Amino acid sequence: MRETAGERWARRVVLTLLTLFTITPLYVMLSSSLKPLRDVQGPFTWVPSRPSFQAFVDMWSTVPLGRYLVNSLLVSSVAALISVAIAIFAAFAVSRYRFRGRQVFSVTVLSTQMFPGILFLLPLFLIYVNLGNATGIELYASRTGLIITYLTFSLPFSIWMLVGYFDSIPRGLDEAAQVDGAGPMRTLFQVILPTAIPGVVAVTVYAFMTAWGEVLFASVMTDENSRTLAVGLQGYATQYNVYWNQVMAASLVVSLPVVAGFLMLQRYFVAGLTAGAVK
Amino acid sequence: MVTTTTAPEEARPSTPRKAGRKPKSRLPRSKLPYLLLLPAVALELLVHVIPMVVGVWMSVLELTQFQIRNWSEAPFAGLDNYRATLDFNGPVGEELLHSFWVTVLYTTLSVGLCWLFGLFAAVFLQRPFPGRSLLRTLFLTPYALPVYAAIITWTFIYQRDTGLLNELLTVTGLVDERPFWLIGPNSFWALLVVSVWKQWPFAFLCIMAGLQNVPTEMYEAAAIDGAGFWRRLKDVTLPMLRPVNQVLVLVLFLWTFNDFNTPFVLFGGSAPEQADIISIHIYRSSFITWNFGQGSAMSVALLLFLLLVTAVYLLITNRRREHA
Repeated sequence: MRETAGERWARRVVLTLLTLFTITPLYVMLSSSLKPLRDVQGPFTWVPSRPSFQAFVDMWSTVPLGRYLVNSLLVSSVAALISVAIAIFAAFAVSRYRFRGRQVFSVTVLSTQMFPGILFLLPLFLIYVNLGNATGIELYASRTGLIITYLTFSLPFSIWMLVGYFDSIPRGLDEAAQVDGAGPMRTLFQVILPTAIPGVVAVTVYAFMTAWGEVLFASVMTDENSRTLAVGLQGYATQYNVYWNQVMAASLVVSLPVVAGFLMLQRYFVAGLTAGAVK
Repeated sequence: MVTTTTAPEEARPSTPRKAGRKPKSRLPRSKLPYLLLLPAVALELLVHVIPMVVGVWMSVLELTQFQIRNWSEAPFAGLDNYRATLDFNGPVGEELLHSFWVTVLYTTLSVGLCWLFGLFAAVFLQRPFPGRSLLRTLFLTPYALPVYAAIITWTFIYQRDTGLLNELLTVTGLVDERPFWLIGPNSFWALLVVSVWKQWPFAFLCIMAGLQNVPTEMYEAAAIDGAGFWRRLKDVTLPMLRPVNQVLVLVLFLWTFNDFNTPFVLFGGSAPEQADIISIHIYRSSFITWNFGQGSAMSVALLLFLLLVTAVYLLITNRRREHA
């Protein structure tokens, strides 16, 4: 099938425009992070007058970025790991068993995705405070509370995507394992999981990204000690003098791990979506 | 999303199920599946379901700053909160209605543009050419960026005196006086652009995944029949994408309608009147006036509206799929 000249030009124009649209903010972030302060205090310039890494040094002391970074890393990784572990078991049940309530479970879990976050923000806040008072476990303004909250945010989509993955694994494999005397757990861990590794990895990264980027609950549920990057980064903007070069440098640094992880695994996301979402 | 779990079997001739039948497991019917689901169910109950029930309950309480310290003793208010928030002639209701219409416009434009951008990018990247995988990676980058890092960059771009946008506009001579982008009427468009910028890659990703299921023979057959670009798009690509689109448009709609992050970070914790979309409106009316009863009533009304739209949408799209 040949491409006509008109199509070729349409393709070039559309892709060029989308590239410019996509790349401009990324360029602004990168170039401004290399600018000295006076460059970002006057009219915008495309290139730094004198490229320097000073902003990358100063940004750690303007706000306690290190602490925010540690909090975000801790909260996001723990939430991602627990979320994926829970999703694996749930997806295994939904994919391999027929049981009463299977449909109800699938539909309910997915529909939690459409709840406006604002609806359960305040009740959750009150529940955490009261649970904390009753049991002594700090949930409000603590990293534990954030971890529990965030892992449920990624659960529905993780379960859904893994069910798709597991469904695409031939049941003949399970049956062969059962003939060899494997129980359900051995079937899951020795037959299904090894085959579904790409899906599991993609879901882990998704869960990490969800927690890493969450803003609403982070801004209500944290105090100075448990504050994550999502809220902490806005600290630069509340200063009298906005250090835009430092804001851009910090944005770049906090973006790198997730962007790198996502882009390295992008084909698994496509595969996961094809298996799960597109069904 | 919901239909994909309830009716997964139809309209997917291109992905044959390996097992060829539903998972009628030979594993013993037991309590095991419930045990496997228990952690997921417990957490969903704790973080989503119970708070939602509490939220509905709060919406019928008179819960203002005076009762919040001891909220379990707040007086019952019946439907007063709903009456106040949904009385569109009163001040509270009038603002809510305004915010609702802003959100409807914002969501419609954002979802439409995201879908169009995603579709054309995916279609034009179907054919191999040098630099294709580089472009694909680039297009996905905004989606991978943490929301706040991306939006803060846009805040910088929109700065009146130091931002890129006004620099472009003045250098090219399009404006004489540098406009404000983060306050006043322009703020709506500023918000829309950011929303499209960070959301369209998701549409692109889904449509790209969907296109992988379209056999190339179908395009070749269409080309032999003399179908041009638009005919192929209309007769092959779009029908094959229908299952993807059904889910994608719904998910984009729900995410955009509930969007809180974009205005919250872009405008620094509040939103100008022209860009006062519903989540931030509820957040601010809860936390600034400390009237949590009314805030909850607004949230419940929002949820009911979204449920209604989703139900109608699924009903219409499923019927169309069956008749197709």
